[in-house]
Amino acid sequence: MNTETQNKTKEVTQKTMRITGCEAIIRCLIEEGVDILYGYPGGAIMPVYDELYKFRDQIHHVLTRHEQGATHAAQGYARISGRVGVAMATSGPGATNLITGIADAQIDSTPLVCITGQVSSHLLGSDAFQETDIVGISTPVTKWNHQVTTASEIPEVIAKAFYIAKSGRPGPVLIDITKDAQFEEFDFSYKKCTGIRSYNPVPKTSKESIEAAAVLINQAKKPMVVWGQGIILGKAEAELKAVIEKAGIPSAWTILGASALPTSHPLNIGMVGMHGNYAPNRLTNECDVLIAIGMRFDDRVTGNLATYAKQAKIIHFEIDPAEVDKNVKTDVAVLGDAKSSLAAILPLLNAKTHPEWLKEFKDLYDIEFEKVIKNDLHPTKEGLTMGEVLNEINTQTKGNAAIVSDVGQHQMIACRYADFNVTKSNITSGGLGTMGFALPAAIGAKMAAPDREVVAIIGDGGYQMTIQELGTIFQQKIPVKIVVLNNEFLGMVRQWQQLFFDKRYASTEMTNPDFVTIAKGYYIEAKRVKKREDLAEAVKEMIASKEAYFLEVCVEKEDNVFPMIPSGASVSDIRLS
Amino acid sequence: MNEEIKTFTISVYTENNIGLLNRISAIFQRRHINIESLTTSQSEIEGVNRFVIVVNITETQARKVVKQIEKQVEAIRAYYHTDDQTIYTESCMFKIKSALLFEEPQIQNIIKDSNSQIVTVNKEFFVLEKSGRRHEIESLRRDLNVFGIMQFVRSGRIAVTKDEMKITEMLLAFNNQ
Repeated sequence: MNTETQNKTKEVTQKTMRITGCEAIIRCLIEEGVDILYGYPGGAIMPVYDELYKFRDQIHHVLTRHEQGATHAAQGYARISGRVGVAMATSGPGATNLITGIADAQIDSTPLVCITGQVSSHLLGSDAFQETDIVGISTPVTKWNHQVTTASEIPEVIAKAFYIAKSGRPGPVLIDITKDAQFEEFDFSYKKCTGIRSYNPVPKTSKESIEAAAVLINQAKKPMVVWGQGIILGKAEAELKAVIEKAGIPSAWTILGASALPTSHPLNIGMVGMHGNYAPNRLTNECDVLIAIGMRFDDRVTGNLATYAKQAKIIHFEIDPAEVDKNVKTDVAVLGDAKSSLAAILPLLNAKTHPEWLKEFKDLYDIEFEKVIKNDLHPTKEGLTMGEVLNEINTQTKGNAAIVSDVGQHQMIACRYADFNVTKSNITSGGLGTMGFALPAAIGAKMAAPDREVVAIIGDGGYQMTIQELGTIFQQKIPVKIVVLNNEFLGMVRQWQQLFFDKRYASTEMTNPDFVTIAKGYYIEAKRVKKREDLAEAVKEMIASKEAYFLEVCVEKEDNVFPMIPSGASVSDIRLS
Repeated sequence: MNEEIKTFTISVYTENNIGLLNRISAIFQRRHINIESLTTSQSEIEGVNRFVIVVNITETQARKVVKQIEKQVEAIRAYYHTDDQTIYTESCMFKIKSALLFEEPQIQNIIKDSNSQIVTVNKEFFVLEKSGRRHEIESLRRDLNVFGIMQFVRSGRIAVTKDEMKITEMLLAFNNQ
């Protein structure tokens, strides 16, 4: 690869030493500040594992029970810490097993560096044992990927990988390294990458766009903010808070934007989207200026685009130019990093409040509370609800926990009802909707932030997709709290079958094993709750535990998640039942 | 909302790295856009490649696709242009039985009138080459088809744009940062 003239580099380690490619890989990771990585050994990556053994006092390798678990754990690590997550696997099946996690990281903009071993370069293309074209396979789901066939490329390629993964709109990078390149000796030195000429991670913010946005916001009678993960990735939480407080703007979040502003903030009006809150969805179609910040107008957020916020002027703060006008035509696009753009617009905004407009949100919230929230959080019926479990977790953790959720009904309930005091606290698979995400992601999250309470909320379906990671939790002694909300159904699919397929429950009912016994098989403390009167005590015991803890809560089998914007409907047609 | 489908020439300046062709073509494949032609070569800048991609899509699609291409780490810049904003050409080759040159005197007129060149002649066959617009090449092919063509091949479109693309300046600006 001819990148000598293309990259701006900074000397970090100047002295060279003659080492093997595989030792270079580990030294590069250490140079990049990697303390933990997740992976699974195998033939084509064995030389690197041999080096990991030698460097085990400097870098901690976590053996997951499946390579998919390694990518999700690396994602959890990245999402809670803002740092680059690292996953490693062998060639062939090891590499292909990474793909789901990589695709998840791509659509949710999570910085990952994945390193795969590859057969020796003379075997490439020969259908050798465990040879697969992982660069070809991963191309559509990586921000960048590259195959290394000579050891001397390793430092520069790994430096580029970390730079690309974390800069601009973050994303996953895959580096495939042939076995002969791992064994080859070369003169090693390491320079961090600080720029690539063909890659512009943060587009320039034009002064005119900031001014035009400020004019629209200052004129607005009914402004509304919808922020996304861009606030968290851009570390712009304080700037967001300052802007919305000064201009008095009711502000809603997308699923990945959750926790950037505390739940209790008076201008926090809840979640937008398919199972979001009633008020922000309804009033999206009544605001006069919609200010989208670090979000991408996903179809689960907008519902039918033809009827989405047509009355409003749209301002879009966005780091990725490809997102501007992709789904929703904007009136003012503010390109650039959310932190600096919001800081730049703040002095141009008039101090304002919009009490009547804010009251409209409050009134709709009251309707949602009466028709949905009350019954979810404080049910009077016999069966347990997912909402009351979340309510109990909120009480016991005082809203300070990081909630790692899987995909499905429990995820919507967790994101709707979890209290968040601290940013980077909602770790979930948003764009890809990957069942099986939560258990391994919780491992990574807890390891990256050992001082935080990490609670995984998982459905009985998704739990069984990566249940083997209990082995990782046991072996590594990771004190994560695991809550399985068991309704013996693939609940979200069942809900759709009930609503749109005349209750034909095709392959959604699950005959489940004894989850408590399974957890105990991995020597993890475990309990099952079936009755409301036992819930509070069980959650208390779980939170108090200093070790990993598994809690199964048997909830009502056929509860539905509302509100709901039916697929293809308008946000203003959101249903409460 | 029915936007007109037009022919667009997409020009992409990229680093010369393995795998980039795959990355760029995947952008079209994912959106179910058929590529009419794709040509890649060295550009006016040492070490920088240029793709010329021809597609029939709406301008909205063209704008989005170009942004998706530019989003790729190793793509330097991408542009889209309509036919009247570019100077473009294609080239083609015909392999024809040499005997026909003598048996069918009309062929010589066709060659002369079409501004095509004879590249080589031997006892069995001769090879004719022509550059031009698609309709010119098509018309020549139809004319020669009457007598029988042993082989025919046509290249993708190559195009230069009427307006500047300022890649050199962009790369200089990066180096001076």
